Amino acid sequence: MPVYSKKVMDHFMNPRNVGVIENPDGYGKVGNPVCGDLMEMYIRVEKDIIKDIKFKTFGCGSAIATSSMVTELALGKTVDEALEITRKDVAEELDGLPPQKMHCSNLAADALHAAINDYKKKKK
Amino acid sequence: MVLIMRDMKRIYLDHAASMPVDPRVLQFAQPYLSEVGNPSSLYEFGQHAKQIIEDSRRKIAEFINAESEKTIIFTGSATESNNIAIRGTALRNKNDGTEILASAIEHISVLNPMKDLQKNGWVFRTIPVDSYGIVDLHQLSALLSKNTIVTSINYGNNEIGTIEPIKKISEIVHDKGKYLHVDGKAAAGRIPIDVQAEGIDLLTLSSNDLYGPKGAGVLYIKPGVKVQSIMPGGGQERGLRSGTENIFAIAGMGEACVIAKKEMKSESNRLQNIRDKLISEIKVIEETYLTGHPVNRLPHHASFRISHIEGESILLSMDMYNIQVATGSACSSKTLEPSHVLLAIGLKHEEAHGSMVMTLGRSNTISQVPEIVKAVKETVVRLRNLSPLK
Repeated sequence: MPVYSKKVMDHFMNPRNVGVIENPDGYGKVGNPVCGDLMEMYIRVEKDIIKDIKFKTFGCGSAIATSSMVTELALGKTVDEALEITRKDVAEELDGLPPQKMHCSNLAADALHAAINDYKKKKK
Repeated sequence: MVLIMRDMKRIYLDHAASMPVDPRVLQFAQPYLSEVGNPSSLYEFGQHAKQIIEDSRRKIAEFINAESEKTIIFTGSATESNNIAIRGTALRNKNDGTEILASAIEHISVLNPMKDLQKNGWVFRTIPVDSYGIVDLHQLSALLSKNTIVTSINYGNNEIGTIEPIKKISEIVHDKGKYLHVDGKAAAGRIPIDVQAEGIDLLTLSSNDLYGPKGAGVLYIKPGVKVQSIMPGGGQERGLRSGTENIFAIAGMGEACVIAKKEMKSESNRLQNIRDKLISEIKVIEETYLTGHPVNRLPHHASFRISHIEGESILLSMDMYNIQVATGSACSSKTLEPSHVLLAIGLKHEEAHGSMVMTLGRSNTISQVPEIVKAVKETVVRLRNLSPLK
């Protein structure tokens, strides 16, 4: 079993921004339960600023912790700023992830980007 | 806010992974940690070291009702015993045939040596199991031929607790094939194993799984079974396991077998009561299912799959209540694949990810059950609330 940082365990046990947003401005879904990870991300946007963000995640400790962390990083940012948040940023903010988790369970930034791209598509 | 309850007293439920050394075993074996004689040396204290090993050999032979103490080979671990049992017989008997068989739910220290032999020309097949993990006896019979040198079946399974009908399996194997190897790591010390009555040719035992020290294992080899060395060297252990013996661990393992023989019946009854209470109270949680056989089951073993949540998360969450469990989820493994055992009993990948395994031991009591069940229920509610799956 991997060894997680205190910050990962804090976000795992006390995840921020859990839930769904009804009629969201953007919605993203990444992963697959067959592989052991599935994330759904909801955003509410006003004047291109992320005013509310919620997630639901099926997965391991780092899948849940990265989801929680990415919502904290994105909240209050403009959508373009939030698009710049990388998987690496999320891992660093959590004081690192075990090497084998960097790829498979670090999908949260992808879920956020999917939600933002959905928002941009709807806006057009 | 979820409270972190680390100050709660530890409830250890992962005895399949590692067991504490019995204090009586430690007291017995401790003097031999500083034993300096090499059992291969002829001077007196070398011979004393040899005597300690021979005493342990006798105790272990009695524990499994072996023909004599000469059938017991000390190794460094169950993995090593499994490797000698499979490679050693396959290589030694290759003129008689090059087919090898194992059940689909064997430990990787059985399956991987077989896959390795397969790369070198042996024909390796796995025997399917039913949804409870019981070996399909018709398939076993169909897959066997006179060229089948070794068939490997676990006595009890570490991940799902199912006990195999070894005596029946032995009859089928010996009807057509040559040798039956039984991995007894999970079952020994919990249910009686009698190598003669059950027709076992090769049996793997692990010291730590009997409350003995880590660093010793045993391979029982029935008289007449032909095995060759897979690690040549100084010729210790009848030439089958070269290397200076770990006297401390070997002495401890022998004593652990004496205690297990004496206390197994009452201890297994006690654990079975705790197990049954755990199973009946956890199974009622919505969409939570027992894995493995409900009756033919190791007395210390309770295993489940829980829909819509993932096993590593379950494990981490239970640890916050200071309760240690195991999982067959991909996310807790090195290969990032879900347990082959859970797939073999017919679970889908997404179902196998939600597994939780509890293995009981001497430190567990029936009074711990309410606390364990409460932690499982809270964990399930919390993780399902996070999960997008319904």
